[in-house]
Amino acid sequence: MVDNGNISGNVIKSVRREKGVIFVEVTGDIDLHRSVELRENLLTLAAEKPKSTIINMSEVGFMDSSGLATLVETLQLSRRDGGELKLVGVQGRVRSIFEISRLDSIFKIFDSEAEAMA
Amino acid sequence: MPQEIQNKPPIISINNLTKSFGSQRVLDGINLEVAEGEIMVVMGGSGCGKSTLLRHIIGSIVPDEGGVKLFDQEITTMSENDMNEIRKRFGILFQSGALFNSLTVGENVALPLREHTKLDNTTIEIMVKIKLELVGLREHADKMPAQLSGGMKKRAGLARAIALDPRILFYDEPSAGLDPVTSSQVDQLIIDLTKKLNVTSVVVTHEMDSAFTIADRMCMLDKGVILKVGRREEFEVLRDSDEADLAGEKEKLIRQFLRGDAEGPITRRKENSDYEEDILNRI
Repeated sequence: MVDNGNISGNVIKSVRREKGVIFVEVTGDIDLHRSVELRENLLTLAAEKPKSTIINMSEVGFMDSSGLATLVETLQLSRRDGGELKLVGVQGRVRSIFEISRLDSIFKIFDSEAEAMA
Repeated sequence: MPQEIQNKPPIISINNLTKSFGSQRVLDGINLEVAEGEIMVVMGGSGCGKSTLLRHIIGSIVPDEGGVKLFDQEITTMSENDMNEIRKRFGILFQSGALFNSLTVGENVALPLREHTKLDNTTIEIMVKIKLELVGLREHADKMPAQLSGGMKKRAGLARAIALDPRILFYDEPSAGLDPVTSSQVDQLIIDLTKKLNVTSVVVTHEMDSAFTIADRMCMLDKGVILKVGRREEFEVLRDSDEADLAGEKEKLIRQFLRGDAEGPITRRKENSDYEEDILNRI
């Protein structure tokens, strides 16, 4: 079901919950300003302690290291609570920032939600 | 210039930049454009004006004539508040690294983030780790600058310069004083940051090995004027030509500089200076 619940702002396009999995669609550029909003929302969702969080980033054309750090913190929280975090649709320059930071091997990155669910 | 770079509008545009200190004209009608995503190497001998040019581009000197546009905005007439906003969008790697000695390496990198953003402390700490990992210094975050080698200081300075994810990076002699291996690592870092993150880089240097490794385009300054701007390959052709095959004195001068030859027009210019007249007049 789609339930944006406590999600605020416009950096998160939608939130869907299915069988303990939270699907999050992020949209637009993630820079020093918007990463603050992204962090607030992802921490709110992490507090639900889902068994899995799948973040779809196919509508993110640019992300700076503050966005990357926000995802790292979300990953830290997921692991602490025994859950997992998966990323989908990471491409172009966004993919590059994962690669140059050598975080592409730390995050679980998939081409599609179906692949992430398999 | 590669086609994909050529098609982009200039992110830096310098127009008829002129500056004198006293009676000495240090920059004399400089025109130069740098496209987004390219590495422009500015080179020239000591005192040619390249550092003065860099100081104009970062807004720390006001020209006598001409202008500088960054991100399509004229900075020479800009208010200090507006200029401070522009400064958040570029980073500078100073020759010395310019670290604060009373702060650890990690605190040095965090400083621009704490000063210029509203990011949470956790986010900043992770960003600092990412930046330090990028320059190979993550294990040294708690060290003081005095505990670092010259190369490490430079890399720490680079980590701080990229703290705010700038769109333009300026490097002042990034290879100066580094051993060959560290110098190559810094070169590779400049290339990676530019090409993978689409940062624009302006590198002021007279280290030719480094210049030919990293440059998309090069700009040769001499006595405050630009002798040549062109693709790296054009400068490689000049460097590898026989002097006798070059028609003009300008090309011969560039060739000598690029090759680091002891003999050539630069040397002859010094020999033909007014030394004899000057020293005899003073006696």
